[in-house]
Amino acid sequence: MGWMSPLIAVAATLAVGFALFSGLGKNPFEAFHVFFVKPVETMYGFGELLLKATPLTLCAVGLAAGYRANVWNIGAEGQLTLGAICGGGVALAFHDAGGAWVLPLMIVAGALGGMAWAAIPAWLRTRFNANEILTSLMLVYVAALLLSLLVHGAWRDPEGFNFPQSKMFNDFALLPNILDETRLNVGLLLALATVAAGWLFMSKSLAGFQMRVAGLAPAAANYAGISSSRTVWAGMLIGGATAGLAGVCEVAGPIGQLLPSVSPGYGFAAIIVAFVGRLHPVGILLASLLMSLLYLGGESAQMTLALPSAVTGLFQGTLLFFLLAADVLINYRVRIVRRVVAAPIEPAAA
Amino acid sequence: MDAPAPRLQLSGISKTYPSVVANADVDLTVLPGEIHAVLGENGAGKSTLMKIIYGVVEPDAGSIRWNGAPVEINSPARARALGIGMVFQHFSLFETLTVAENIALALDADVVRMGLDERIREVSQRYGLPLDPRRRVHSMSVGERQRVEIVRCLLQDPQLLIMDEPTSVLTPQAVLKLFETLRRLAREGCSIVYISHKLDEIRALCHTATVLRAGRVTGTCDPRKESSSSLARLMIGGELPRPQHRQARTRGDGALVVDRLSLPTDDPFGTDLVDIDLSVQGGEIVGVAGVSGNGQKELMAALSGERVLDRADAIMLNGEPVAGLDAARRRALGLAFVPEERLGRGAVPELSLADNALLTAHRQGLTRRGFIRHPAVRAYAQATIDKFKVKSPGPDAVARSLSGGNLQKFIVGREILQGPRVMIAAQPTWGVDVGASAQIRQALIDLRDEGVAVLVVSEELDELFEICDSIVVIAQGRLSSPKQTRLTNAEEIGLLMSGSFIVPVAASAASTVHDHAN
Repeated sequence: MGWMSPLIAVAATLAVGFALFSGLGKNPFEAFHVFFVKPVETMYGFGELLLKATPLTLCAVGLAAGYRANVWNIGAEGQLTLGAICGGGVALAFHDAGGAWVLPLMIVAGALGGMAWAAIPAWLRTRFNANEILTSLMLVYVAALLLSLLVHGAWRDPEGFNFPQSKMFNDFALLPNILDETRLNVGLLLALATVAAGWLFMSKSLAGFQMRVAGLAPAAANYAGISSSRTVWAGMLIGGATAGLAGVCEVAGPIGQLLPSVSPGYGFAAIIVAFVGRLHPVGILLASLLMSLLYLGGESAQMTLALPSAVTGLFQGTLLFFLLAADVLINYRVRIVRRVVAAPIEPAAA
Repeated sequence: MDAPAPRLQLSGISKTYPSVVANADVDLTVLPGEIHAVLGENGAGKSTLMKIIYGVVEPDAGSIRWNGAPVEINSPARARALGIGMVFQHFSLFETLTVAENIALALDADVVRMGLDERIREVSQRYGLPLDPRRRVHSMSVGERQRVEIVRCLLQDPQLLIMDEPTSVLTPQAVLKLFETLRRLAREGCSIVYISHKLDEIRALCHTATVLRAGRVTGTCDPRKESSSSLARLMIGGELPRPQHRQARTRGDGALVVDRLSLPTDDPFGTDLVDIDLSVQGGEIVGVAGVSGNGQKELMAALSGERVLDRADAIMLNGEPVAGLDAARRRALGLAFVPEERLGRGAVPELSLADNALLTAHRQGLTRRGFIRHPAVRAYAQATIDKFKVKSPGPDAVARSLSGGNLQKFIVGREILQGPRVMIAAQPTWGVDVGASAQIRQALIDLRDEGVAVLVVSEELDELFEICDSIVVIAQGRLSSPKQTRLTNAEEIGLLMSGSFIVPVAASAASTVHDHAN
């Protein structure tokens, strides 16, 4: 029954959307068309769908590995930002004297950057037992300020009319395009490879199994000698690595330079994607396509229907709300219980 | 006037589950002030019958009369309101709450909170079940948790008290004391339904016994006039299995040696271990006796590697210092361990038996280059199921779906099939039925005969006397010197369990147990 709840949640979200559009005085069928069909009617739109799904898939697969082990990395957005900074830093460093080797180096640097950022909450958790939910979340804002500092300062393009942005990356530092008429690039293949690797790790490897045990039954993990600190480290670092990759894919892909903001919240949306995808890599791939469509639909709705951009976040939130509600209601039944009135107890002795 | 109406009268009670008939046409009559044994193996339908009386399960057919009047008991709250109390074998306590909070939750409505602590202390003292009302349940051992359950029932002045296997966690002296408590309650007019498979106890305590087999009543008798073997015949339709216990033949090279192990507890209500010396050689079974909460939990965590120590040579495994190694690395050196808690520690409830085999047995060729060999895992789980006669649908069955006894057999089997050189088992037969217990004990004896060093921690003295070559006693975190089983008796061990071997000077220096009890 558990696998049903994403479908129930999607259906309920659509129902709410229907009511919402009606309430806003739009024809709900037209609005649905604008939201869910129009964005992918063209080849370009289809490419955009996959392009936006790429960072979501990357982040969510890594997060899922940790979530299965009860390692709650909420800071993928920050790790993504660090991936963008490190990957972008490599691109800028070798801007004038680079070659084909720059791109692989950027990818490695991005992954390492994300891991380094994730290592901070991992260390705080294992050393001081500090809650990783809070620390990883707080580091998101530190990462954003760090990026802002760089593009306003050291890495600002001298010929950029004082705009806070870096130079455009050289061609060899950009991910090659894989589909004509679109912006779709090799990042998608990287995401698909991550899905495959994630599936192999979670379902087939002993280490993945042990992480799952650590999440399900910490006492059993301790009994079997599965180190809890290693579990925390692995969960955080895997999430950091894939989020870092997502960051590189953004700056070396559709953006092509460093800007004060490199992500419209992919790292946070990936949390929803991970849960809608049931923490399973293939489910995550499907869920990230749905989430990507919500992003595109939101933009389309802004342009065509003059709806506010908040509509995207609203759909995301509604989806997560219904998913969590469906999970609870599948496992628990709501019963209304009246208080039983105690009858006076007669004296025991006969 | 006629004889008083029976306190409780069940007639024609039947309950059928999709796959089994739990109760078929059961009649049971309990008189006021009577101690009535319900005897039967696990799966005989005792638990279902008790759940029907306590309002947890609704019967398909049959009627219940309470003090002569027909009643419908449709919830435990209703049962409590009638004056029925139950001490479950598997406790229903909230671990994060204190003793007093747990008890307050069960007391209906308007019991005044003020003075509850005092009442708990008073009742627990009166019935010889010392309890600190402000302790949190998660830090308590199974034996102590049972006390909470008993005291919780007694506070409600019950007219009928159902006790499900209450003595397995008590010292012989405490059992006698509990019996006094129960007899006193009975004299005061309270009826007691006493569920057990310990025939000697039933013969010593109970006025009447109703025997169940496969959901049906096979007989009602006065146990004081029966012999243990005649009761056993009624109960299992045959003789009780006795384990084969020969003199140790082989001396294996496996050995567990503990040298002056001291360990402050990491639990505010735990027991510090003080200067523990222990030696278990290959080919012998050493038993650790003691009332729960005297450091068994801490000793097990230290021996298994769930807690790692600073001084590596405090624990020697086959001659190697291992105290600094974690559980996985000790296992790699030939240690196997059956923990006290089955679900959540010995096994992951949500995972299949196959995955639970993988949990500790992955060194047995179940992985290749870090990847799981699923066919091999299933084969290992299947072998465990076959060899230890685990009743289950197969390796894909979820651990949680197995009965306690079957899951225990699976865990013991999983550990034994790893071919350990040192085996540690904590409470290996707690809550396991007679047949499965005998099988588990036999498996431990077989291990010994193969030259494995076996350490068994148990709160059941009978069990230790049955299988052990020597017995040590743990009390207040200290270990007594070993006693040859042949040369000692329950009285001597019982006396040691009360801490008689502890030198007074040391006892006053650090006795966490006493501090918390008062």
